[in-house]
Amino acid sequence: MNPFVFTQSKDLDGVLAALTSGEARPIAGGTNLLDLMKEGVMRPSQLVDINGLDLDRVEFDDDTGLLLGALARNADTAYNPLVRERFPLLSSAILAGASPQLRNMASNGGNLMQRTRCVYFYDVGTACNKREPGTGCPAKEGVNRQHAILGTSETCIATHPSDMCVALRALDATVHVQSSSGKRQIPFADFHRLPEDRPEIDNTLQPGELITHISVPQADRFMAHSAYIKVRDRLSYAFALVSVAAALDLDAGGVIKAARIALGGVAHKPWRVEAAEQQLVGQPAGETAFAAVADAILQGARGYGQNDFKLTLAKNAIVQALTTAARGTAIASGGRDAKGEQA
Amino acid sequence: MELHQQYPVCLRINGQDREFNVESWVTLLDLLRERAGMTGTKKGCDQGQCGACTVLVDGKRINSCLTLAVMQNGKEITTVEGLAQGEDLHPLQQAFIECDAFQCGYCTPGQLCSAVGLMNEGQATSRDDVRELMSGNICRCGAYPQIADAVIQVMDLRKKDSGDKPAFTTGAVLA
Repeated sequence: MNPFVFTQSKDLDGVLAALTSGEARPIAGGTNLLDLMKEGVMRPSQLVDINGLDLDRVEFDDDTGLLLGALARNADTAYNPLVRERFPLLSSAILAGASPQLRNMASNGGNLMQRTRCVYFYDVGTACNKREPGTGCPAKEGVNRQHAILGTSETCIATHPSDMCVALRALDATVHVQSSSGKRQIPFADFHRLPEDRPEIDNTLQPGELITHISVPQADRFMAHSAYIKVRDRLSYAFALVSVAAALDLDAGGVIKAARIALGGVAHKPWRVEAAEQQLVGQPAGETAFAAVADAILQGARGYGQNDFKLTLAKNAIVQALTTAARGTAIASGGRDAKGEQA
Repeated sequence: MELHQQYPVCLRINGQDREFNVESWVTLLDLLRERAGMTGTKKGCDQGQCGACTVLVDGKRINSCLTLAVMQNGKEITTVEGLAQGEDLHPLQQAFIECDAFQCGYCTPGQLCSAVGLMNEGQATSRDDVRELMSGNICRCGAYPQIADAVIQVMDLRKKDSGDKPAFTTGAVLA
């Protein structure tokens, strides 16, 4: 790790002033930042420990919905009884990510800020447009089993690694940020960005801004029919090849009143196509409708060799997630059921 | 402030108050092994992928390789050296022996601390839950079935002591 100056602050204004000066980076759980610093991928000269800030609560209000403090830990968020009951999709997605130890450490704000696990991004001995703009993208013709199939650019085919963010995208969350010059709210859809010709920029957070909260509107209509499906190379503790957050609002006859579908592991940001979701409205929940919407969501997808399988896998995962959601949310299902699935 | 300055860190490690002066970049793992002389906690991957460095901070299991010692100032740390009461092994240590839950033993300190954390969290109610919630600890000898046996054996004993508590389990995975 490179040498750096370490400071701690319990005062939000003090933290924001330090961030405004340019050099300092905030550290909360540190599970990704310290890893990147050990690899030499990130080399901040100053870290500000923000764990003393009063931003660690998980609150719920029937009118305004869920308010997640940026410093609430992933585990505390996922196991919060209100989150489990009212936002089972979010709880499931968080618990599908990382390991129990890491979820105990990782903060909600940090989950949004985590960086891609592209092997070239991590290996300072290789070129990478995200790490060193202009050096090239070896992943396009290299080791790209984990990489994106949607929203890629000539410069970058990396994916965003979060599970939690996939559920937050499906649930129309909002990111609350603050800087020395004021507060701002960013719709989740606009927080992460596609690589385009600036792959070094992961998101729309501006220099000097700190995430303070993430809000999620009340989502009771989806409580009974949601599922987070994560497909990966081993059963647990691995990043997604493809993941799907699916939520349905069904009438008594099983006809779809509303649908939400977001994908992880396929793009530089959680992938969602609202127009495709609309085509499910008024249709009976079933494989025909689910397969059609999967095709619509995946329009324009392309593989890069080793990840070609993701085109088929993503379609099947979307159908599987919607089918599982339609059967009913399975709350508190830690083990695998008879069909080898969890939801 | 200088880049190489030393920072004072006070920790209560296995019930003993200890004071250190460390550089900013020293991880909790390196403090334990190199400064406190407590080499029970193992450095496997040093990047949060293997769980060999698992310790308990204020009763919660974390990867000690992915946190800075200066961030844990004032905290209570429990390592594998702190699990036994004198000559009496922790029930999990005894169960690991009885269930043959280790071969080379390198991952065992992390497995034990992780299992203590799992029981503190109270979310596991089945063998599948235990497997899922122990997945942050890799065992390259492949003793996973026996490790799960050992944890379940102790949990069952605990259940008799404290009565059946309803508990949440973990989330979604596709097999």
